[in-house]
Amino acid sequence: MTAPRPAHRSSGASRVAGVASALFGGGSATVFALLIVIFAGIFAMNPSFMEPPSLMAFIKNAAPLVVLAIGQYFVIVAGELDLSVGSLVGTQVVIAAALIDGEESRTGPVLLLMLVFGVLVGLVNGLITTVLKVHSLITTLGMMLVLYGANRLWTGGAPTGALSEAFRQPGRGGVEMPVVRLLPWSLLILVAVVIAAVVVMRRPYGRVLIAVGDNEQAAAFSGVRVWQVRTAAFVLSSVMATLAAVLIGGYAGVTAQVGEGLEFAAITAVVLGGVVLGGGRGTVIAAMAGALTVEALFTLFNQLSLPSTIRPAAQGLIIIAAVAYAARERSQPAPPVDDARPEPARS
Amino acid sequence: MRKTRVLSVVAVAAALAVGACTTDDPADSTDEVDQVVDDEAGDEADSEEEAEESDADEWFVQSEYERQLAQRDIEPEGPADQPWLQAIEPEYVDTAEYAQDGNTLCFSNASVSNPWRVTGWITMQQQVQVYKDSGDIGEFRVSDAGDDDNKQISDIQAFVDAGDCNAIIISPSTTATLTPAVEAACESGVPVIVFDRGVNTDCMVTFIHPIGGYAYGADGAEFLVENLEPGSTVLALRILPGVDVLEHRWAAAQEIFADSDLEILGDEFTEGDGAAIKDIVTQYLQRGDVDGIWMDAGDGAVAAVEAFEDTGNDYPVMVGEDELSFMRKWQETGMTAIAPVYSNFQWRTPIEAAVQIWNGEQVPSEWVLPQAPVTEADRDEYLQRNADMPSLHYAKFGGENLPGYPEAWQDR
Amino acid sequence: MSTTVDTATAMPSRRRRLGTTELVYMALLGVVVIGAVIVAISGGNLLSTANTVEMLSRSSLLGFVALGQTFVILCRSLDLSVGYVMALSSLIGATTMAGDPARIPLGIAAVVLVAGGIGLANGLIIAVLKVNPFITTLGMGLIIKGYLDTRYKGPAGAVPEAFRQFGYTRIGFVPLSAAVMLLAMAAGIAYLRTSRTGYHMYAVGGSEDVARLSGIRTGRVMITAHVLCSIAAGVAGLLIAARFGTGSALVYSSGYELDSIAAVVLGGTFLMGGRGGVAGTLAGVLILAELDTVFNVLQVDPFFKEVLRGVVIIAAVAIYARRQVERRATRARFGGDGDDGGTGPGRAPDRPPDSTAGGADGDQVVAGHGGDR
Repeated sequence: MTAPRPAHRSSGASRVAGVASALFGGGSATVFALLIVIFAGIFAMNPSFMEPPSLMAFIKNAAPLVVLAIGQYFVIVAGELDLSVGSLVGTQVVIAAALIDGEESRTGPVLLLMLVFGVLVGLVNGLITTVLKVHSLITTLGMMLVLYGANRLWTGGAPTGALSEAFRQPGRGGVEMPVVRLLPWSLLILVAVVIAAVVVMRRPYGRVLIAVGDNEQAAAFSGVRVWQVRTAAFVLSSVMATLAAVLIGGYAGVTAQVGEGLEFAAITAVVLGGVVLGGGRGTVIAAMAGALTVEALFTLFNQLSLPSTIRPAAQGLIIIAAVAYAARERSQPAPPVDDARPEPARS
Repeated sequence: MRKTRVLSVVAVAAALAVGACTTDDPADSTDEVDQVVDDEAGDEADSEEEAEESDADEWFVQSEYERQLAQRDIEPEGPADQPWLQAIEPEYVDTAEYAQDGNTLCFSNASVSNPWRVTGWITMQQQVQVYKDSGDIGEFRVSDAGDDDNKQISDIQAFVDAGDCNAIIISPSTTATLTPAVEAACESGVPVIVFDRGVNTDCMVTFIHPIGGYAYGADGAEFLVENLEPGSTVLALRILPGVDVLEHRWAAAQEIFADSDLEILGDEFTEGDGAAIKDIVTQYLQRGDVDGIWMDAGDGAVAAVEAFEDTGNDYPVMVGEDELSFMRKWQETGMTAIAPVYSNFQWRTPIEAAVQIWNGEQVPSEWVLPQAPVTEADRDEYLQRNADMPSLHYAKFGGENLPGYPEAWQDR
Repeated sequence: MSTTVDTATAMPSRRRRLGTTELVYMALLGVVVIGAVIVAISGGNLLSTANTVEMLSRSSLLGFVALGQTFVILCRSLDLSVGYVMALSSLIGATTMAGDPARIPLGIAAVVLVAGGIGLANGLIIAVLKVNPFITTLGMGLIIKGYLDTRYKGPAGAVPEAFRQFGYTRIGFVPLSAAVMLLAMAAGIAYLRTSRTGYHMYAVGGSEDVARLSGIRTGRVMITAHVLCSIAAGVAGLLIAARFGTGSALVYSSGYELDSIAAVVLGGTFLMGGRGGVAGTLAGVLILAELDTVFNVLQVDPFFKEVLRGVVIIAAVAIYARRQVERRATRARFGGDGDDGGTGPGRAPDRPPDSTAGGADGDQVVAGHGGDR
């Protein structure tokens, strides 16, 4: 709904304004401002951070969370939540390590299997939520417990096996380049995913997704099959979690704790991006910016040499303050007449 | 309508009450236990409080630190090829009063939430199997508290209340908080065996542990001091704050670093997560050189090493752990490193101790197991022995002579 | 006066809630019976005194947390900071008491004050600054975590023996802590049924806008719910201190926030607010505790236990949701009665607990917003 809106305003100046407001408007302005401030802070502390190799290292580390945030965005904008992504990332890495077991030739088939598993988890989440009418917080909380337990039950408590070199390439490797030294695959993957996500949100499916999150009834009355749309959102989220698992497994290898707490980080990132829990508002670009902000915040703390015990407190304060600031912007009264208002379920 | 609800509540309550009445009333025995526990714990609390006031560095106790460092050089008593039966400076206690024919063994486990505990837990089960086959152990009853102190207190209480455990093994999740529950278990008259982390009481028959956290932290820190030029930089990576075993390791390392010419760049909490470790190390490398890495546990040590590879830096002098993924990386890269060991074979000892106690044999009141780091000298030998083991397995797991070896550890 | 409110708005909802609560207690009875049979087959006795005592003492800690969580969930909020509040309270309680029996009241007062203050802050941020409760309480949890990690390097303080009776004494086969928890639950039921704020919680949870339009100070209700929730978590922290004999920061990693939400929802309270109650929560807590006891007696693998818990939670809520859907279908012709706070018969059953920032007005002002985004 946010993305197509500029099309309603035709004249030049207002189109620029429209694009700007689509990018920075509503609750999303805060996150871009915050991102710029944090990057400025990091740069002030350590100018070498802006050198290409350092930036590339930052991207490699941030990529999994950005991908997860994009997945979470689909679910949140449709009015749901997905708490199972952290467990799913962990489970997928464990599956990869156990099944590949160091054999290069198994990489491809196992990746396919992971994709199938991801789709399956998304389908189960989506169908339980939409058909059985279980609140998604509970569905995905249950799924989180099931995945956590099942994966450890399967491997006896700690991951077994090993990842292949090929599996690790997307998260760890890159193309040798002059300026940046190494252009990480994860950056290329990230760009592709972001473009794909933006395209999806501009297509009818994206508009319907927002419409469903904004007002389920109106969407249903205009002929949208709400359950299908939402289930697809859960599948997208799980597929993104699978991709994040490939990136994070590639980046850091197998540890027993992989994936823990990522669900809250992803939700925080999305909300920080001005996407409203409850659905219907926010852009995927802003969600991505939210994820970058969360990661940049950690980098800033590190550059500031903030004692690591205080960091959670600073993070909590900044998140609350940013979301409160965005909410303040949003809760200012709307102009009484707004002819550019799109109908929620036009498509 | 309200009545139906009330009725259903009453029905449930009645079901519970009827159930409760089917066995004897616990009040007489348990109340007495509670009373005694409270008295003892009261005294205990006072002494803790005094300790609290000297707040300077609550995790560092000089005398204990010195004792552990000295214990590293003491030749342990017992068979050299069975380190889980060895003991350093044991003071034997008589267990004749516990000699019995009963053979139900109860084990309250803190958790199996990390690979070290998983490896040990498999070893313990295999050891139990040996004694089940020989008839020494009948039933082996286990509660897993999932790292929840309160749940472990309930678990221990449940064993005491059940009344049919012939010995209770406890691996406490936190030292201070489990003390009252362990005391209650001792008061019930059942022989209690505590291992791994300790508790603030000596009521148990035996307390089994490797030398300890100070020695572990010192092994790594001393290695860094010896192998780095004065003025070199060291980054400390830690798992979590506030966990006693880990805090002791860091306290000892700080003590040693303080007397050295090394520069400590910082200490960071990583929760043992590979991605977090790699990110933090990469950031430190962007800001300057890191010559050495000290870790309070080896989880994710490989990710730290990879951060050096990916940024094109020379390998640091590395403190890891005897986890195989790290040891394999160490062998592969040939870097200068040490693998401190928190002896995983200690998971066999409590089972041995229980059987010895039932037989009325003497056991050490504090059973200090040897704890020696893996160095470059014996690294390849340990890797050879564990060649078929998964990467998150621990080299000094000490289960090679158990019947389930090697499948039990391979097919987890 | 409150009776008019009762008949006007709360009565129809009580009929519906009753159905779910009844079902929850049937489920509890089912769990007890099935558990007892399975345990009996494997040669044990689930209803033995030892196991009953164990079940009750397992339930008391979660009981306090879930009681508080019920209030906020009724208001269509939630609280993810309870675990951290518990940890902080155990430390404040233990360090304030410092082993001196005379300081017990002081310790309790300090905990109530600090926990209440945190709840007040949560409530204010949600009600006044319009920050989503999920983010507010997640952030508050992080803030407390930062404080705990910095200030306390490990267990601290000492609880005098008199206070430890709270954690260890039993009256017959009922642990004192469970008895206090049951009393607190009873007080919670009475509070929701008889007090005006109690009624208002249902109204705010049903629809904040309608509640506001009908003259309820929704902000105050929300803040009250959060203060009560944090104080309940504070009491749970005191119980922790009594059980441990000291305060411990590591309690926060035990996952009580999600467990308590699961217990509340298992007890039939609607995660979207406005429906449910403390009686159901009690049953939810007892179901989880009984399951834990059964798993323990049966020696179920700890990982398999997690799988089973996940399945049980989803299955139970699916069953409740099914009943609610059926009931809604049959009641549709009364459309928009007081029960849902007037949001109409088809209010989405599966929207997240957004409440303040977007969800509620998303329902109400369907076409009215969107202009300023």
